Amino acid sequence: MTQAATAEKKNPAKKTVAKAVNSLDVSDHQATVGKNFADNAKMTMRNVNVFYDDKQAIHDVSVDIAKNEVIAMIGPSGCGKSTFLRSLNRMNDTVDICRVEGQICMDGEDLYSPKLDVVELRARVGMVFQKPNPFPKSIYENVAYGPKIHGLADTRVDLDEIVENSLRKAGLWEEVKERLHQAGTGLSGGQQQRLCIARAIAVSPEVILMDEPCSALDPIATAKIEELIEELSQNFTIAIVTHSMQQAARVSHRTAYFHLGRLIEVNPTEQVFTMPEHQLTEAYITGRFG
Amino acid sequence: MQATNILILILGLGAFAFFLGRGRSLALAKPLGGIRKLHSLPSYYGLHAAMWCSLPPLFLLAMWMMFDDPLINSIVVESVADEIAPTDAASYNLLLNKISNLADGILPRKGESAVLIAAADHMEALRVISRWSLTALMLTLSGLGLLWGWSRISASFRARPVVEKVMQNILLACACLAIFTTVGIVLSVLFESIQFFRSVPIFDFVFGLEWSPQTAIREDQVGSSGSFGAVPLFVGTLLVSAVAMVVAVPVGLMSAIYLAEYASKSVRTYAKPALEILAGIPTVVYGFFAALTVAPFLRDLGASFGLSVSSESALAAGGVMGVMIIPFISSLADDVITAVPQSMRDGSLAMGATHSETVRRVIIPAALPGIVGGVMLAISRAIGETMIVVMAAGMAAKLTANPLESVTTVTVQIVTLLTGDQEFDSPKTLAAFALGLMLFTVTLLLNIFALHIVKKYREQYD
Repeated sequence: MTQAATAEKKNPAKKTVAKAVNSLDVSDHQATVGKNFADNAKMTMRNVNVFYDDKQAIHDVSVDIAKNEVIAMIGPSGCGKSTFLRSLNRMNDTVDICRVEGQICMDGEDLYSPKLDVVELRARVGMVFQKPNPFPKSIYENVAYGPKIHGLADTRVDLDEIVENSLRKAGLWEEVKERLHQAGTGLSGGQQQRLCIARAIAVSPEVILMDEPCSALDPIATAKIEELIEELSQNFTIAIVTHSMQQAARVSHRTAYFHLGRLIEVNPTEQVFTMPEHQLTEAYITGRFG
Repeated sequence: MQATNILILILGLGAFAFFLGRGRSLALAKPLGGIRKLHSLPSYYGLHAAMWCSLPPLFLLAMWMMFDDPLINSIVVESVADEIAPTDAASYNLLLNKISNLADGILPRKGESAVLIAAADHMEALRVISRWSLTALMLTLSGLGLLWGWSRISASFRARPVVEKVMQNILLACACLAIFTTVGIVLSVLFESIQFFRSVPIFDFVFGLEWSPQTAIREDQVGSSGSFGAVPLFVGTLLVSAVAMVVAVPVGLMSAIYLAEYASKSVRTYAKPALEILAGIPTVVYGFFAALTVAPFLRDLGASFGLSVSSESALAAGGVMGVMIIPFISSLADDVITAVPQSMRDGSLAMGATHSETVRRVIIPAALPGIVGGVMLAISRAIGETMIVVMAAGMAAKLTANPLESVTTVTVQIVTLLTGDQEFDSPKTLAAFALGLMLFTVTLLLNIFALHIVKKYREQYD
């Protein structure tokens, strides 16, 4: 008996999973399982397809993001979760070859309608990136950037207040209040990322998109950001892409599992991590591939 | 034998030594069981032999050529010192020239004094001796080197490290040559300047407000006392450079922003090389463009507004110089703007900033150190630029800040002071060296400043 056959006999589940992974090719249409729709939806996505030139990165994704919820998007590398996230505030517009089809709405307004003002949209849907990217300006100027370009403060006092509130909400105020006018790039990685979060919430967005916000940070800085996400969810709707399943389990209310550009399963987080409906989800969260 | 012939011979011997050494090592390797039994590859043994064969004689040749002439000259002059004793450096040189020309047969020997002819013969004889002894010495050295290099070849001899070390030293010598040349140029300018400052006080030169370098050649000439105040020249230089920068910085920067941020790939493919063609136009072409097209146009344009514009104005020269510098600034700025990380752009766009807000508030500030560095380099280029200002800026040293008037620049004055027949001990000529020294100092300081800025802020967004 060969080694492979022995392994198969010992672990029959592995074989079926492998089969399922292999059988899920592009032509195979498969509906999302679980509760992908919500009653109090903030954003609704219907039949979204995203292409890079001829290559399709997202296949027919339909999902809702409810008000004030934290939805985590997990899945193996290259499954399209970041691409999907970036189409929610039209950051994909900056990529020439990228094309989005289907319907993405926020509060019933079509985000891809020609009448929509991208500048206004991005003020309502903020974004935090994988690598902290503070501007080479002072801490104060970093946070004041958004309010300034959107004219949110009439006086210097107003602006000071917005900056202080945003830094407080991002849990950074106590650490930087003595050095607001020093360079933002001089902070540590975790502080820089919280500065970027403060910068994003300074324009009071309704939704915050986070694209692996902790992947460049150490565990302590990560814990701080996760704590912050929990607090922010009281005021904001948050969609977070993460590679860490523990992180998804800790911070999110619902979890969406992506696989090869398809949305496989959306369910309340506890359920996804205890009783996943779909075998691919189960295979991923138990670490059998990914 | 001539030095060039010896050189060729030595190099030929070196090549011969290479093949000899390589052949010997191959012959040694055969009975041992292939070249892998040797310490180094056969070509290293060959190179080792060639180096021993050719490098010592070449070194000897260099030394000989450096000390050969002065030695012969002093011997010859010493021998005639009883009859004709040179009183100062000038008459010493004159005497030496005469003897040397007599020896070479350039001057006819008829009618010259017997002492000089004897000295010329003496010199000729010494030169022949020197040449032949050099040839003999070099060939001996070469042969000895060949023998030594050849005899050292054995299977265990470590030829590779030796060759590597020698190679490294040859490279070092080349680097030193470039540095010493720079030092030599600076020193020569410095010494001539010191000589100039003996006749004109340095304070009068650096702070003097009047420039008229015409000095009296004869005692009875009037009205040309000569005054060497460099201030008008530097003011003129700064004025022309400032006009050039006013043209070049905004245009260069904005074209760089367009090319880096807005232009589609196809536009960029054609527009960038087209812009860089500007950098390839010889400055003399810019010069007559400025003098024959731009300057008269500006004069006529000024006249139609009732302004009097000189037909050789700082505006014309500076404007054309600015056009010349545009590609310099735009390609440097383009590089630094493209180097700003995409994450900065994403960060700003995700805040709801428009593309132009992103450029103005994030990309330009992030790229500023590089841009400032580029502008600084462009300024030192504008200050040193000569051809355009010679043709279009005029000669009159006027102390003015009006770009419509004719001004002159440091480089223009250096050119006029040093062209034509000159006597090299008058302050008029030596002033060129002092100007050159000052110009060199100013551009050096600017370059250091620019490099410092670029270095200090380079890593800010990483």
